[in-house]
Parts: sequence; C-alpha cells; structure tokens
Amino acid sequence: MGYCPNTPEEIREMLAVIGAGSVEDLFAPIPQELRAKSFELPAGMSEFELLAVMRSKAAAGGTDIVPFIGGGIYDHIIPAAVGHLSSRAEFYTAYTPYQPECSQGTLQALYEYQSAICRLTGLEASNGSLYDGGTALAEAALMALRVTGRNAIVLDASVNPLHREVVCEYLGSLSARVEQVEPKGCESDLERLIGSITGETAAVMVQNPNFFGSVHDFTALAAKVHEQGALLIVSCYPIALGLVKSPGEMGADIAVGEGQSLGNTLSFGGPYFGFISTRKRLIRNLPGRIVGETVDKEGRRGYVLTLQAREQHIKRHKATSNICSNQSLCALRGLMFVAALGKRGFEELAGLNFDKAQYAKSLFSGIKGVSVLNGEATFNEFTLSLPKGAAGVVQSLLSSGVAAGVPLGAYYDGMDNALVVTVTEKRTRAEIDRLATLLEEALCN
Amino acid sequence: MQLIYEKSVAGRTGVRIPLSDVPKADPFPEELRRQEAAALPEVSELDLVRHYTNLSRRNFSVDTNFYPLGSCTMKYNAKIMEDVAALFSDCHPMLALIPGGEQLVQGPLSLIHGLEQQLAEITGMDEVTTQPLAGAHGEMTGIMVIAAYHKARGENRKYVIVPDSSHGTNPASAAMAGYEIVTIPTAPYGDMDLDAYRAAMNGEVAAVMMTCPNTLGLFNPYVAEICAIAHDAGALTYYDGANLNAIMGKVRPGDVGFDVIHVNLHKTFGTPHGGGGPGSGPVGVKAGLIPYLPTPRVVKKDDGSFSVEAHPEGIGRVSDFFGNFGIMARAFGYITLLGGEGLIEVSEQAVLNANYMMARLKSEYDLPFDTTCMHECVFSASRQVKDGVHAIDIAKYLIDRGFHPPTVYFPLNVKEAIMIEPTETESKETMDAFIAVMLEAAQVARSNPAALHEAPLNMPVGRLDETRAARAQQVCCEQ
Repeated sequence: MGYCPNTPEEIREMLAVIGAGSVEDLFAPIPQELRAKSFELPAGMSEFELLAVMRSKAAAGGTDIVPFIGGGIYDHIIPAAVGHLSSRAEFYTAYTPYQPECSQGTLQALYEYQSAICRLTGLEASNGSLYDGGTALAEAALMALRVTGRNAIVLDASVNPLHREVVCEYLGSLSARVEQVEPKGCESDLERLIGSITGETAAVMVQNPNFFGSVHDFTALAAKVHEQGALLIVSCYPIALGLVKSPGEMGADIAVGEGQSLGNTLSFGGPYFGFISTRKRLIRNLPGRIVGETVDKEGRRGYVLTLQAREQHIKRHKATSNICSNQSLCALRGLMFVAALGKRGFEELAGLNFDKAQYAKSLFSGIKGVSVLNGEATFNEFTLSLPKGAAGVVQSLLSSGVAAGVPLGAYYDGMDNALVVTVTEKRTRAEIDRLATLLEEALCN
Repeated sequence: MQLIYEKSVAGRTGVRIPLSDVPKADPFPEELRRQEAAALPEVSELDLVRHYTNLSRRNFSVDTNFYPLGSCTMKYNAKIMEDVAALFSDCHPMLALIPGGEQLVQGPLSLIHGLEQQLAEITGMDEVTTQPLAGAHGEMTGIMVIAAYHKARGENRKYVIVPDSSHGTNPASAAMAGYEIVTIPTAPYGDMDLDAYRAAMNGEVAAVMMTCPNTLGLFNPYVAEICAIAHDAGALTYYDGANLNAIMGKVRPGDVGFDVIHVNLHKTFGTPHGGGGPGSGPVGVKAGLIPYLPTPRVVKKDDGSFSVEAHPEGIGRVSDFFGNFGIMARAFGYITLLGGEGLIEVSEQAVLNANYMMARLKSEYDLPFDTTCMHECVFSASRQVKDGVHAIDIAKYLIDRGFHPPTVYFPLNVKEAIMIEPTETESKETMDAFIAVMLEAAQVARSNPAALHEAPLNMPVGRLDETRAARAQQVCCEQ
C-alpha cells in the first residue's frame, strides 16, 4: 500500500535481528496515554482510481479561460525540453547537495542558474533561489536592514500588492517600519520616494515594470538613495529584462523577482521561485544557499555550497535567514528556459510581448470611453480606465471564456474603473481582437 | 564538465519562439531600453539536452541510489503523483482573486480544503493553512501566529525555547518572527533537560518548539509534561513535524498537547525533494488559534462550494498565493491513495527499517543512545576517530560504493554524528547491502585508515576545497 516492499517473511527476519516480538513492540517507547485519539481517514485506492479523482478536480480548474491576467504570474511558452530535462529523476529526486562529490549535477546547474540571474539582472552575485516573488522582496528588505543597520523601508505602493503584504508581514514581526508611498496615477512618485528617505531608511523598494505595467528608469533614484546611505532594491519581471534596462544598469544594489515566467507552469500559485542578486561586496548578507566554484586535489573544477556560515544550520538564530529548502527545481527550470531560448531568442520573446501588448493597447484605447492610464512606456501590461466598474466588467466577461484583466479597485482607492490587462506572446491576435469586441459590448450595455 | 556558457557559440539559436501575428510596434523608448543583451547561452536544442542529461548523471538521487539522509525522509516518490500534479499546470492563481473567478477554480480550491482536512486529522489539529512554502517557512508562520495570539491578549512575550538538538531552522525561524532564543541542553535520557526547561519557563516565554521524535530519532516520553509546563506559564507549544513519518496513526501532536504544528509535505507525504526544493510546510493550529492564521483562507460554504476569504484578525499573507500547490496536489494524492491504513503501515515500516539498521550496525559503531529508535538512528564515529577516521571519511567511502551518505555532523549534540534514516520504501536487501559497506568501512578504518581519507575516488571530482570556494567567492561565471 505505502510503497513498502518488505514481505511478511522479511519482516519476521528483521524483528528477530532486532529482538522484538512484533512491529507494535517498537512503539513501546510511546506511553499508551499519548496514543492517537482518532485517525479517521478513508481507505486507500489504486493510482488508476486516484487519477480519475484528480482529473475531475483539474477539470474544474478554469483552464479553458483565456488569461489576460498577470499579477506577477504570467502565461508564457515553455519549451518542451524544459519539462523533459527537469523531469530527469536524477535532478528531481535528489535533495540539497550536502555531499558535493555525488551532487555535481545539481551544484553545477545551480551555479549556471546563479550566473543566468546575474547576467539578466546586471548584478554580480546570486543565491540558489528563494521561495517566491513576495518572500524574495521581504528577504531583500531584511538584507538591507542588516547591511545598513537601519530599521525602516520606503516601499513604492506601485509594487505588486500581494508582495507588499508579504513584506509588511515579515517586517512587522521585527518591528521594522515600512513607509508606503502612493503612486501618482500609474507612475511611481519619484519625488515623494526621495522625500521619504530619512537617516533610518535602509532601502527604497520599487518594481519595474510596476503593478500598473509602467516602465521606469530608476537611475536617478539610485543616485539619490545612495547619497542618503540607503540601498535601492528593484523587483523585476525577468521576461521584461530581454528589453528593459536591468537593475544593475540603473545602479540598484539588490534585484529580486518572481521567477515563474522563466519556464514554470502556472500551477495555481506554485511551486515557483524567487530570485535575488546583489553586488559582490554584499554577498555575505545574502540569504539562503549559494553555490561556489572550487577545485579538488587534482585541480579538477567542481562546485560546492559555500559561505555556509551565513546559514541556519551553522548560525542558528543569528543566520541571515531561516530558509533551508528552497525552490531549486523551479530555478533549474528557469535556467533551462533561458538556455533553450538563448541570448537572441530571449530578446525576441521580450520584443514579441511588447508588440502584442502594444497592438492590444491601441485597439482597446480606441473603444469609446476607454483610455490608457499609463503615463510612461509599458512592456506587456497596461492599465485601462473603463467608463464603468472594472470588477463587474471582468466578472461578466468570464462567462465568455475570457479573464479580461485584474481590476484595481480591490488594491487601490479610487481605482474602481481601472483594469490591468496582460498580453503575453501566447495571446493570439484573434484572442486580442475578440477581447476588444467583448469589451466594447460590455461597455455599451 | 564544461559550463553551458562555455558551450555557447555566437549566433547559434535554440528553440524558436512563436511567430508574430501582430504588426511591429513603434520602438521601445531608448532611454528605458537595456543597453546590452544578457549574455545567455547560445546553444542548439541538442546541445541543451545533452548538457543537462549528462549533468543529471552526476547526481545521486532516490531513483538511482539508496539515500538514507537522516532528517530528510528520502522515500520513494511515486510517479503517479507527477502526473497528478501536471493536471493543474494551466490553472492561473489570479483567477481565484478576480471577481467571479473563484467559481471557475472550484477543483483546485476543493483540493486545498481537502488536504487541509486530511492534515488536520493526521495531526490532531483543528485547522490548517497551506500557505507556507517550506518547513522553515511553516515554522516562521507558526511562530507569527503564536505572536499574534499573545498580542491579542495584550501580552508582550520575548522568548522562544528550543532544545539544543533542534534543527537550526527552529531558532532561525523564531528569530525572524521577532523572538529571542533560549536553548535548553540535552539530558542523558536523550532529550531536553526537564529541570533546565522548568527553570527557563516563565511568563515571558511565548512558546517552546519541540521535534518529536527528536533529531536523535527518540520519542520523548515527557512530551505531555513539557506541554503542560508551558501551558501553566501561559506559553504555547510548537511541534516541528520534520519527523512525523515515524508516528502516523500512533500519536497525534494535537492529542498530546501541541497548539501549533507544521508538516513537511516533501518528507512525510512523499513529494520529491527537487535537488533542494520545492518543499511545502502547511501549518496546523488548535481551535483557539484559528483567528490568527494567515489571510486569506479557503472556506467551504454551506452550499458545498469553496471561496477565498479575507481573514481579518489573522496575520498577513506569508506567501503570494495558496502555497506550493503542485506539491500540495502530490501530497493530497499520496494521502488519498494510501488511505489511513496505508499511512499507518508507512510509519510502522519506517520504524522497523530504522531499528533493523540500528541493530545491525551497533557492533561496529558507537550508539550514544542505545534504545529503541523511531524512524532514524544516530551513531557516532567516535570509535573510528581513534584510528584517525571521521564521519566525513565514512561518508565519502559510501559514495564510492554507490550509496548516498547519511546525514553527518548533525545533530550537533552528538560528536561525529552519523544519522541514518532508511525510510519505509527501502527493502531489506537494499539495507543489507548498505550495512555490508558500513561494516566494511569500519574494518578499513582499522586496517587502512589512509584509504578512507582518499575517498571518493570513483566520482567525477574528489573532495573539493571548500575553504578556497569561500575565499574566492566565485558564484557566477565570468562573461
């Protein structure tokens, strides 16, 4: 039943070696009064019956809906090789590479992953992954507190609201202050961000493109932040990095983000991975596992977990983070994704996202009463102002099989009519055209 | 082996992206544009496939090698669960968060609710959240819930108690939740010193964190008393579910007196470890703590449908969505497939295998706590140290012989620790083969210790220079 191989005869032999009369005798150290009071679980089944149960659940999973929704999670192509290679059991049934000689596969792959993240973000040191976009942003904030010895964060409210909730929960536990700066329309309010920096500010945290889809250049902000002895943390969407200026090019100290769009399926919220990269001088303040290059006695190149003195299994409560298991396999998929597309393919993919979204943006903004709220350039998301409540429009279009976007009313005051629309390379012209027609119909009524 | 970047050839292309069916847009503004393309590899699809296939062959894994890594529960990961998880690949999580969307994702929501109920019954808790993304994340979430409970009662407690045998994540997680740590030493019986614990317990303690069976593989007979002492002082009790594989159907932490638990789906419930993750660390609580679980909650309504609801008194979101859903789907499948009887068999066979291992090896290896163990046993290489052979040398010898080593040098309260967790999915024959090599290693330690210092010899690399790695800080390849 439980994939247990030993036969009754073998079990008898083993008990004889142990000197126990029965398996139950082995549980004798557990006092009777502590035994389970209940264990009411249904009887098991075969894998064939299980598959039927699960198919019926998956069938009610909304997968026939055409998604123009993002919110940090994006419906992108995944090359077939990514799934097949990451499904090599040698990768997915191994664990943390504590014994490097028999884990060079995982270790070298993670080193290649770290290199990919550094190259994408324009920074110099990455770890081997964090949990997700929100927790990566929270870990970056904690890292900034450690680096600067300060106790407050300035957080641009145009950062993904789900990520901001996670940041506030993490920082609230440590009594660190988070000051959120409201955007001006759909744009980060750079003046107010700068004006909010005090001698206690460890970092300013922004997102590019922001939650409304607007793309910024934070180079000037970086300079101002540094003048005040604080760090600039940029959360970024990795697919956009095929087109948009990287955090490193802007002078950011830490880049983080949600890695899902790099080769990981939507999977109803996970598993995905968070990434984090930084300047080399800050490497000892990174959370989580880091792979480094070294050699053996013969001079052969190999890879090991390094700088472990930062981590919980050595430093316990003084560690840079509590993270132990990370999202290694998802990071591996991220690496395989960028390697499958390659330098040129990755750029082309970003360009295609931009082209499709621009096409949709101009089409939708031609609908009567609809306008685009973004004042700056956008990548593959943009914010529309509708002539009526966006929540009702989105809800009504679900019955036509389309998720038209994420209404902003739940996240921002006074934005009940605003809708963030995401157009990835997977959305066809026919799907975009149909959404335009459906929006037009919904807004006329 | 070369790095993928070293196999790169300028101009070589990989997988083709979709053709465009829209007009080319006006150029993206120059001042916002990236100046130089990221130097990603330029390889063919075959280059890619060969590279990562060959790289994978440089790993030991459960599917290729016995992997008795103590404390990690490296059991077999059933293939059907991979298929089960893949059914949900195209479910977009934001669909659940847009108006009207939750009606379209009733299947995944019912799975989350179903898993929460299964885990509550297995552990004896009243409600469960699946939001935490790994065991340590669950610990941190659980301690945040405890902090919210005390805060709601107007109390500002400062300390969390952990035994010195605990996983490093326990103190690290409590520290991230804002607490100072009090560490209690291990007594001769193999677990937390009760007198020292009593002395440390007072009205400023928020919680005590216990792993039971503990990291020595021993069931603490005083666990109910430890819970009672905490409750008398107004503190709460936290159960680290890392070792739940030993006791399913035998003991439920909730019955014993624990208020908050986390479980590791990737350990107990058979989901693959992914080369270091993803895991999943759901948290369960007793009724009085339900208000403080993280927002949002998946709620079953009177009409039998499921909704995602804000949980206003609760702590905030600890991750972006509902947890590592793909891992949760595998665990739900595992529990459903095994059923109650199957889970009981899992724990019984896991404990049988560990005791067999212990009985066969104690002639050659020191056993600091020579008593019936649960799912794992902890030896010490102290006898071998007299010949200059350390736990690490035995580990490397095992690698040469095709076995992933046990956990070594943990728990910290055993010198030269060798922590073996065979799990229930290993056969007697596999264990016998491993035992033979362990006994052989003990022989070699006496007859030719130098040979053990050289191991491993049969791998792509020998022992690597970790000091050099830490000094060089070469963590990404030069462009």
